[in-house]
Amino acid sequence: MSRMRKILLLLLPAMCCLFTLTACHGSRGLDAFVIPEEFDTSRNYEITFWAKNDTNKTQTDIYKKAIADFETLYPNITVNLRLYTDYGKIYNDVITNISTNTTPNVCITYPDHIATYLTGINIVVPLDELFVDEKYGLGGSEVRFDAPSGEEIIPQFLEECSFNEHYYAIPFMRSTEACYINKTFVEELGYTLPETLTWDFVWEVSEAAMKQDTEGNFLINGQKVMIPFIYKSTDNMMIQMLRQKQAGYSNTEGEIQIFNDTTEELLYTVAEHAKTGAFSTFKISSYPANFLNAGQCIFAIDSTAGATWMGTHAPLSDISKDALVEFETAVMAVPQFDTKKPQMISQGPSVCVFNKADSQEVLASWLFAQYLLTNDVQIAYAETEGYIPVTSKAQLDTDYQDYLSRGGEDNTSHYEVKIKASRLLLDNIGNTFVTPVFNGSASLRDAAGQLIENVTKSVRRKENVDDAYMKKLFDDVTSLYRLDQSKASGTGKAELGKLPGTSVILLSALVVTWGLIILYVGYETVKKKKSSHNNH
Amino acid sequence: MKKLFALCLALTLVFSLAGCGSNAASDTDAKSEGVMTYAEYAAAELDSQVVIETYVQAKQSWWDNKATLYTQDKDGAYFIYNMTCSEEDYAKLVPGTKIKVTGYKAEWAGEIEIAEGATFEIEDGSYIAEATDVTSLLGTDELINHQNEFVSFKGMTVEAANDNGDAFMYNWDGSGEDGNDLYFKVSLNGQTYTFTVESYLCDNTTDVYAAVKNLKVGDTVDMEGFLYWYEGVNPHITSVTVK
Repeated sequence: MSRMRKILLLLLPAMCCLFTLTACHGSRGLDAFVIPEEFDTSRNYEITFWAKNDTNKTQTDIYKKAIADFETLYPNITVNLRLYTDYGKIYNDVITNISTNTTPNVCITYPDHIATYLTGINIVVPLDELFVDEKYGLGGSEVRFDAPSGEEIIPQFLEECSFNEHYYAIPFMRSTEACYINKTFVEELGYTLPETLTWDFVWEVSEAAMKQDTEGNFLINGQKVMIPFIYKSTDNMMIQMLRQKQAGYSNTEGEIQIFNDTTEELLYTVAEHAKTGAFSTFKISSYPANFLNAGQCIFAIDSTAGATWMGTHAPLSDISKDALVEFETAVMAVPQFDTKKPQMISQGPSVCVFNKADSQEVLASWLFAQYLLTNDVQIAYAETEGYIPVTSKAQLDTDYQDYLSRGGEDNTSHYEVKIKASRLLLDNIGNTFVTPVFNGSASLRDAAGQLIENVTKSVRRKENVDDAYMKKLFDDVTSLYRLDQSKASGTGKAELGKLPGTSVILLSALVVTWGLIILYVGYETVKKKKSSHNNH
Repeated sequence: MKKLFALCLALTLVFSLAGCGSNAASDTDAKSEGVMTYAEYAAAELDSQVVIETYVQAKQSWWDNKATLYTQDKDGAYFIYNMTCSEEDYAKLVPGTKIKVTGYKAEWAGEIEIAEGATFEIEDGSYIAEATDVTSLLGTDELINHQNEFVSFKGMTVEAANDNGDAFMYNWDGSGEDGNDLYFKVSLNGQTYTFTVESYLCDNTTDVYAAVKNLKVGDTVDMEGFLYWYEGVNPHITSVTVK
C-alpha cells in the first residue's frame, strides 16, 4: 500500500506563481554565468541536488552512490541530496525558492517547467558554452570521469532541452508511454492483437469486455469490477491523439490551439466509452496497474517507467497477493490512428543547473550534472524501470546490451515487462515527439488532461455532454488554467499590442506633471539668477 | 421569597442546560431537510450526488482552494477529498465544526469518498467522535463498515518494516526521507498490517511522527487514527502509545 495520489494536490498552484515570477522581470537578478578559466580546487563547495524518483528505493540508492562516487573524484565538492517523488512538487518548490535566491544547484525537471523558471533573470544557466568548453565541457580535458561527448547524447533527446535558442538542460532519462495488455483476456474475447495497436481496436475490445451476467458479474473475469481501458496520464492521451490526428495543440510561439473541432470529436468518443464504463482514468479510479493485475482491466496505459508495476509477476505491487490474477502481459506502443506513421510522446527527467553569484559554485554544479551522464549512472538508473539511457555511449555499452538480452530471466532485475518497455522506446526513438515549450506550456498540458477528466466524470454522473457542454468546458478550462493570459510570455519577443486607454491617460498625466515640474524649476532658477544679478 | 426565587432560578438553569443538552444531541442526530442520513449516503450509488451533514474531525491538507478532510457524524464517517474551500474558510474548519457538504460520491482504490469539487457551508453544532476500538475487527469483513472513522487499535506488536529490521520506513519502500510518510507494520494474532503516518495529516513536527520514529521492533502499542483505505485497510495513525 504505497503510492498516494496526494501529490496531485501540488500540481496546480505553481501556475499562480508563474505570474509572480513574471513580475520579477523588472528586477535585475543575478549576473549571467561566465565560465571560470580554471576550477578552483583549493576551495570547498557545497551544492544541493533535488532529485526525483518513482517512489523506488533502488533509484534513490543509485543517486546516493552517484554522489558518493562523484565526491571521491572531487573531494572538495559536497552534494546534498533532496528527494522528491513528484515533478510537480519540485516545480512548486523551485518557484518558491527563486524569490528567495535559494534554488538548488542542480535539479531534475521537465523542460516545460524550466520555461517558467526562465521568466526570472539569469535563473537557469544556459549550457551551450559549457557543453563545448575545452576543459570542463562534455568530455572536457579537465573532467575527472569518463563523460560522454556532445555527439554521444542522443540528438533527439538533447533537442528536447533546447528552447529560446539555448540549451537549458541535459536529458537524464527517457521514457514513453506503453499500453500494458492482458493478452489472455483479449484472446478469450475472440480477438488477436494487431501488429500496431489502434484506437478503434482498443475501444472495440473494451466494449466487448463489458458483457455481464444476470448477477452483475463480468463474463470475462467473473468479477463485479471491470474497467477494460484505464489511462494514467490523460494529458498525454489528449496530446498524443491530437498529434496523431495532426490537429492543433500549440506552437512554439505559445499560441494555444487545443480548443478545436478535433479535440471536441475526440472528447465525444471518450464520453461514449466512459458512459458504458469501458473507459476510466487514474484520477477517477486509481492506478491502472492495480486493476490490470487484479484482472479488472485489459488495456492499462502508463509510462514505460511504470513497467515494474505491470503484470502478474510484477516486482512491485500495491494489491494483495490473493487479488492477483494470472495472465500474459503484452507491451505495445500507445494506440494509433495511422498505423503507418506511429507517434508517441517522449518524456522523462532532464537536469538543469541553477545560476549562483559564485561562478565556481556553478561550475561545480555543472560537473556534477555532467557526471549523471556517465555510463555508471545512466545504465544503473535505466535498469530500475522501463527507462532508456540518453547517451549512445551507455546504450551501446556491452553491460547494457547484456541486460537487454536477458529479459525474462527473473522477475526482478530482468523482469520481462520492464525490458520490453525499454525496448519499445529504443525501437521507436524516431517515432517520438515532444510538445513545444513556452511559459505556460505546463498549464496547457494540465488543461489537455482536464478536458478528458471532466468529460469522463460528467458522463459517469449522467450529465448531458453536448455542444453546449463542450463550449462551457472549453471556457472553464481556459479560465482555470489561465490559457488566455499565458501566451508567449516566456519565449522572447512578444507582441504586446496597443496600450489600454487607462494606461494612456495615466502616462499622459505623468508626462504633463513632469513637464509642469520642469517648467516650474526652470522658472524658479531663472528668477533666482535675475534676483542674484540685480543684487550685484 | 428569596428561597423561592433562588429555586426558580436554579430550575430555569437546569432546564436551560437540559435544553442545551438535547440540542447538542439533536445536532448529531437530526439531519436538515434534503440532507442524507449516513445510511442513505452508504446506500447511494457511486457517482451520484450526495448532500450530507457532518463534523470535521481532522484536516489533511489545503492547497489551491481545495481542502481534504476527515469528517464524521455519530453514525459514520465521510472522507472529503479536495473540497472547494478558501484558505480563510479552511481556518474555520476546526475539529468539531459542523458542515453541510454537497458533492458526488466516488471510490478511489477502495476508499469511498466525496469527490473533488464538493461545496460546503458551515452550520451550527459541534461533535468530536470518540475513537471506536476496532482491534477485534482487523482481518474481518466487518472492518470496512467503519471506513474513515476515528478508531483505535490496542495491544498490537511492532514488526520489522523491512529486511534490515527497521521499525519504520520513510515512504512505503524506504525511498523517502524525514518529512515523508512513515510506514510501519504491526501485528495481532499472527496477522501483520501496514499502518501509515500520513505526513500531510501529521507532519514531522507532530508527536505521532516522533513516536513512530522511536518505535522498536517488539514494542506493544496502542494507536488511534482514521480508518483510511488504499487497496485494503491503511489506517492514517494520529497517536501511538508504547505500553
